Amino acid sequence: MIEQDWIMGALGGLMIGGAAALYLLANGRIMGASGILGGLVDGSGKDSWLERVAFLAGVFLVPILIVPIYREVDTHITSNLWVVIAAGLLVGIGTRIANGCTSGHGVCGISRLSPRGIVATAYYLVAGAASVYLFRHLLGVI
Amino acid sequence: MRALFAFLSGGLFGAGLLVSGMVDTRKVQGWLDLFGDWDPTLAFVLGGAVVPMFFVWRLTEGRRPALGGFFPPKPPVKLDRGLAIGSMLFGAGWGLAGLCPGPAIASLSFGGLGGLVFFAAMLAGMLVAVPIRARLEAMPRPA
Repeated sequence: MIEQDWIMGALGGLMIGGAAALYLLANGRIMGASGILGGLVDGSGKDSWLERVAFLAGVFLVPILIVPIYREVDTHITSNLWVVIAAGLLVGIGTRIANGCTSGHGVCGISRLSPRGIVATAYYLVAGAASVYLFRHLLGVI
Repeated sequence: MRALFAFLSGGLFGAGLLVSGMVDTRKVQGWLDLFGDWDPTLAFVLGGAVVPMFFVWRLTEGRRPALGGFFPPKPPVKLDRGLAIGSMLFGAGWGLAGLCPGPAIASLSFGGLGGLVFFAAMLAGMLVAVPIRARLEAMPRPA
């Protein structure tokens, strides 16, 4: 049922927005997944490491509690590991150069009417659509 | 206290990513597949997250965060090369595998080998980005 997917999408979206609101109003920080993780990876966020680790632990652990409710949960990620590696590298490099991803630039940036968030989101949506068109419809690798 | 609220926020974020379907690469790629069988679900996810946050930003004006410190300052308006180049690279990878950083972490426990490999490659990419970013920032800005 497509319509049920939309309802769950909006519900999940509200939860994501609620999480961003909590992180902002309580901790005073922008909830950006790539920034929180990237600051630990390259050491640039070592002053706030505990807050970052706690946030990431929540992102990782809470789904483990919820997954059993579902009959089946699957990311349906491609089994082609070369594609997975290339994609992971692009996401890691790109989000750190752009200083944000779907949560930081998308959710937090757009809602703040930040020109950078809006422009970044336009760029990654267009690039994402072009990528799916190229690799799915022209090359047939995904 | 800061760590507790960070954990709660992260937990709600992870749960939302799971409930919304953002961890399903087929849904993400369906949303980006404008020339195929387009799936509008992600518009509802983004809308559901952005609309309440729009009002929350208004609440921050003239106030301070509950746990001390200050709200993030207004971001610069300047649109630099890194923002454009980085977002294009990120979008290309997002379309290719259907995962962005949040869902990659939220799905680690059930995403199998593919999910682990994606996460490892993403961490490697974040390290590779350090010198690239330094070089981009050192380059003179176009007039």
